[in-house]
Amino acid sequence: MEKPVLRIDHLTVRYGKTCGYCRNGGKLNKNTCPHCKTVWACNDVNVSLYEGEILGIVGESGSGKSTLMKSLYFDFGITEGRGYLKDFHDGEEDIFSQSLQQKKYIKNHIMGMVYQNPVLGLRMDYSSAGNIAEKLIAAGNRNFRKMNERVTELLDAMEILQSRKKEPPKNFSGGMQQRVQISKALANNPKILLLDEVTTGLDLSVQARVLELIRKIHQEFHISIMLVSHDLAVIRMLADRTIVMLDGKIIEQGLTDQILDDPQQPYTQQLVHSLL
Amino acid sequence: MIDAKHYNFAFLDEGSKREIRRSILKAVAIPGYQVPFGSRELPIGRGWGTGGIQITLSIIGKEDILKVIDQGNDDSVNAVNIKKLVGECTDVEVTTDSEEATIIQSRHRIPEIPMRNDQILVLQVPTPEPLRIVEPKESVTKQMHAEAEYSGMWLSLFEDLTQYGKISISSEYPVMVEDRYVMNPSPIPRYDNWKLNDSETLYLFGAGREKKIYAIPPHTKVVSMCFEDVPFRTEDFEGKHCRLCGATGVYLDELIDEATGEKVYECNDTGFCKKRRMRGKNSMQTENMQRGE
Repeated sequence: MEKPVLRIDHLTVRYGKTCGYCRNGGKLNKNTCPHCKTVWACNDVNVSLYEGEILGIVGESGSGKSTLMKSLYFDFGITEGRGYLKDFHDGEEDIFSQSLQQKKYIKNHIMGMVYQNPVLGLRMDYSSAGNIAEKLIAAGNRNFRKMNERVTELLDAMEILQSRKKEPPKNFSGGMQQRVQISKALANNPKILLLDEVTTGLDLSVQARVLELIRKIHQEFHISIMLVSHDLAVIRMLADRTIVMLDGKIIEQGLTDQILDDPQQPYTQQLVHSLL
Repeated sequence: MIDAKHYNFAFLDEGSKREIRRSILKAVAIPGYQVPFGSRELPIGRGWGTGGIQITLSIIGKEDILKVIDQGNDDSVNAVNIKKLVGECTDVEVTTDSEEATIIQSRHRIPEIPMRNDQILVLQVPTPEPLRIVEPKESVTKQMHAEAEYSGMWLSLFEDLTQYGKISISSEYPVMVEDRYVMNPSPIPRYDNWKLNDSETLYLFGAGREKKIYAIPPHTKVVSMCFEDVPFRTEDFEGKHCRLCGATGVYLDELIDEATGEKVYECNDTGFCKKRRMRGKNSMQTENMQRGE
């Protein structure tokens, strides 16, 4: 059986002290314990991502999609769970229990992240070239010419004019900022790309351009992508497989067409019907 | 007027001096690491060299000979006042001769003469944190040092090269100490950076306002940060010489001659220049005496 490039087992992220009721699986009010008010942002999540696939994650706001992504990128500490990467010690060692240095290595060599809000992923006062180079520097590159060449290559691939290389992203439109973020995420040829609501807030024509770019990246670099969106049209266009999250839990998963055309869970049915 | 008998030796009380010396020892033990210390009040404003003065006052002994320079100058207001304060509270000998001094307190320069291992150079530092330009929060910069996370510093060099085609830092050029800590070598010009590497002498850096002490002990590896393909460059004084003593290969100040309106150069290290001129005069006098004139 094919080994996944990323496997997450029983991932839980919670905020609060917990109590006997919620620890023993008592019914929560959405994702909050009615007794101790502990928030279960991600609750026993199990995910596998296979080589070259695009895995879509859908769900309403507060369902735990972004928490899952940010936990994977070590932006949030997790409460429980384990994670394994095929390209890190051959998938034998838990990535969440690694040292800061090892986590940095994973972030800089194996994964790339694009945030919904470009402010989280970019330094708005530095040039776009500098922003992309930051990732190369973090991976240990110290050759200016080589880094500059790579920046040029990535900006070309993202259809950003070379004449704007020295400009800071704060001067750019939302779509361009997202493209700079994608360039930065791809700088070190990561095996996995995490995309967190990358098209949210962009107008339709810009959305289409960014989505087309993601499709192109996927084909050219044969990269595995985890794509979070609450827009089912985006998921239908890109994702091979989809998982549906609600109140911090995965409630349904399967092939994208199967999920969108024949949803089994009432929430998924509601989600799909609200789209149509 | 300060009278030595009204104060403890070297102004500070013994407890304070001991505590500062402990911080200095820690700084020497971990080259390039910024050690926090309880910066004392002094009869001098913060930002006027209080960090350097506290180090000097804590390490000075009765047999020491002190030299104080400010931007290479022995006679600037700051240098004269510091000399006065330390001199009158300790009765130690003060000098303008770098070779004669056992402790040299300096701002902005390392003397031109090679320093010896029986000397200590104390540098006054306004901004000890090299990462301040990339991160405003102290708690974050501390963590960055702990994790040796210096990509922000490298990024600022990359950004300089991208925007201007060269690294535009003139002074406070960051250095890597023993392949571990990025350190701000105080506002010395780039020209002096090489003097920190594998030096014979002990360098102590004090920041009174920021309450930090750090050190470079003798024979420590100190490398100015630069990319593999963009070598570190110092200021270039090729073809220029001091108009007073004729020295070349030293750090020069550029001045405009009022009479001719032309650019002229003088040694920045006034003590060094003065000594060269004295030596020149003496050798001329000896020559004249030998000739029987």
